[in-house]
Amino acid sequence: MTLHVDIEDGNAGAGSESEPESGLPGHSSRGRLEQVLKNGHFAITAELAPPDSANPQDVYARARLFEGHVDAMNATDGSGANCHMSSVAMCALLARQGHEVVMQISCRDRNRIAIQGDILGGAALGINNMLCLTGDGVQVGDHPQAKPVFDLDSLSLLEIVAGLRDKHAFASGRKLTDPPRIFLGAAENPFAPPFDFRPHRLAKKIAAGAQFIQTQYCFDLPRFTAFMQRSQDLGLLEKCFILPGVGPLASARTANWMRQHVPGVHIPDHIITRLEGAKDQKAEGRNICIEMIQQLREIEGVSGVHIMAHRQETSVVGIIQQSGVLRDRMPWTPSCETPRTKAPA
Amino acid sequence: MLSIRLWATRHARLLELTYQAVEPVIIKLHPLWKSVGYERAEKPIAKLEQLCKGLVFDCQMCGQCILSSTGMSCSMNCPKNIRNGPCGGVLQNGNCEVIPEQRCVWVEAWEGSQQMRADDAIQVVQLPLDHRLKGTSSWLRVARQTAQRHAAQRESKP
Ligand code: SF4
Repeated sequence: MTLHVDIEDGNAGAGSESEPESGLPGHSSRGRLEQVLKNGHFAITAELAPPDSANPQDVYARARLFEGHVDAMNATDGSGANCHMSSVAMCALLARQGHEVVMQISCRDRNRIAIQGDILGGAALGINNMLCLTGDGVQVGDHPQAKPVFDLDSLSLLEIVAGLRDKHAFASGRKLTDPPRIFLGAAENPFAPPFDFRPHRLAKKIAAGAQFIQTQYCFDLPRFTAFMQRSQDLGLLEKCFILPGVGPLASARTANWMRQHVPGVHIPDHIITRLEGAKDQKAEGRNICIEMIQQLREIEGVSGVHIMAHRQETSVVGIIQQSGVLRDRMPWTPSCETPRTKAPA
Repeated sequence: MLSIRLWATRHARLLELTYQAVEPVIIKLHPLWKSVGYERAEKPIAKLEQLCKGLVFDCQMCGQCILSSTGMSCSMNCPKNIRNGPCGGVLQNGNCEVIPEQRCVWVEAWEGSQQMRADDAIQVVQLPLDHRLKGTSSWLRVARQTAQRHAAQRESKP
């Protein structure tokens, strides 16, 4: 792969093994997500569902759906406690192709020995971003018989990754010869109780090393605004990039099902009523999502959005284009060496 | 035991005071622990600790007690063993996502912490658990560590 130069930012792309060792000054990774955010652009990340298959083509096909429209793709780590291809393998496949990926790490399935090994391995394979999660309980997934590990929680995991990167040491104190260069992320859910604690928990995550945050689905703008206001008062918004989660709801029925069965997802009644009243519920779900992205963009301290379109991956590009939030910017893509001109919406 | 546990977070301030009164006593007893031998004291004291804290907090004897940082709600009762605050799955009614008929340990912890004088102790990032210490006495550990610290301070003074 040739060394790509991002014309707009004048920065080197990542992924090549012949690449210079050092990153940009003040950057913790060599990744483009960190560059986009630090350059003050409105960033878009999207969740990539891992396949139930051992075929790399399935991974590439999924990534192609988002290519050129998102700044990074999150590969989930057994999300919903369901078994799929591993996050580290999926990210490695995509990073090799020059995609920018966020490797999610959940504490549910592995202990600190396995997780630290995966972090070093993932970084060696070209992964620039990692996101630390506690993980869903095994009871919600397809293997409720499994042993929940939870040796660490998201906070102690953040500390450990930051230690690998900044102190060049394992949690045990044993030294690394070469640290992983990682832009470090975490999740937060402003929509789950105890609401007053959530901004403080964000503060804790930042103290433990989080540099960017992706949130649970935002359908309740007032609640999100209150969270941001409080975080602002605590002086947190200068220390961390916040990307609220958004996604299209397929129908009022799905929305109802989600709020009853997916822990942590909060969908206010007015959203359900609006979906019920629509002629084309699916289109209305997309409209709600587009409006949400546009409204979130106006909130101070919001640096981008994280799109989670479970089973509606094909509608993601349309949503991004119609929201217009990228303005004229085209996220970098490995398939074209020169930035493309904007495709008609 | 659940009802007593909930009582504990609701009276976190009272328990914080009790703890503040009891802790110096255990630390002051350092000469006794030393003469008996910490190893020999371990078993009976751990039993006693388990009895008291088990009753009041549903204590799981992790051996690294952080009750004072968790609003007097034992975070080892969280099915994910989270020691740093609520997960993202807390139900809208404040119950646990894994055990929906039970209050989230961390919702209790937050309410408890708001009553305590040291109400920012919950903000401290807790390090990963040392699983070797499970079942051992936190009280004795604190007593020994405090005594060692004091000794070190005395030595460093001219
Ligand atoms: S809801 Fe509360 S008690 Fe249940 S797993 Fe999450 S943090 Fe633990």
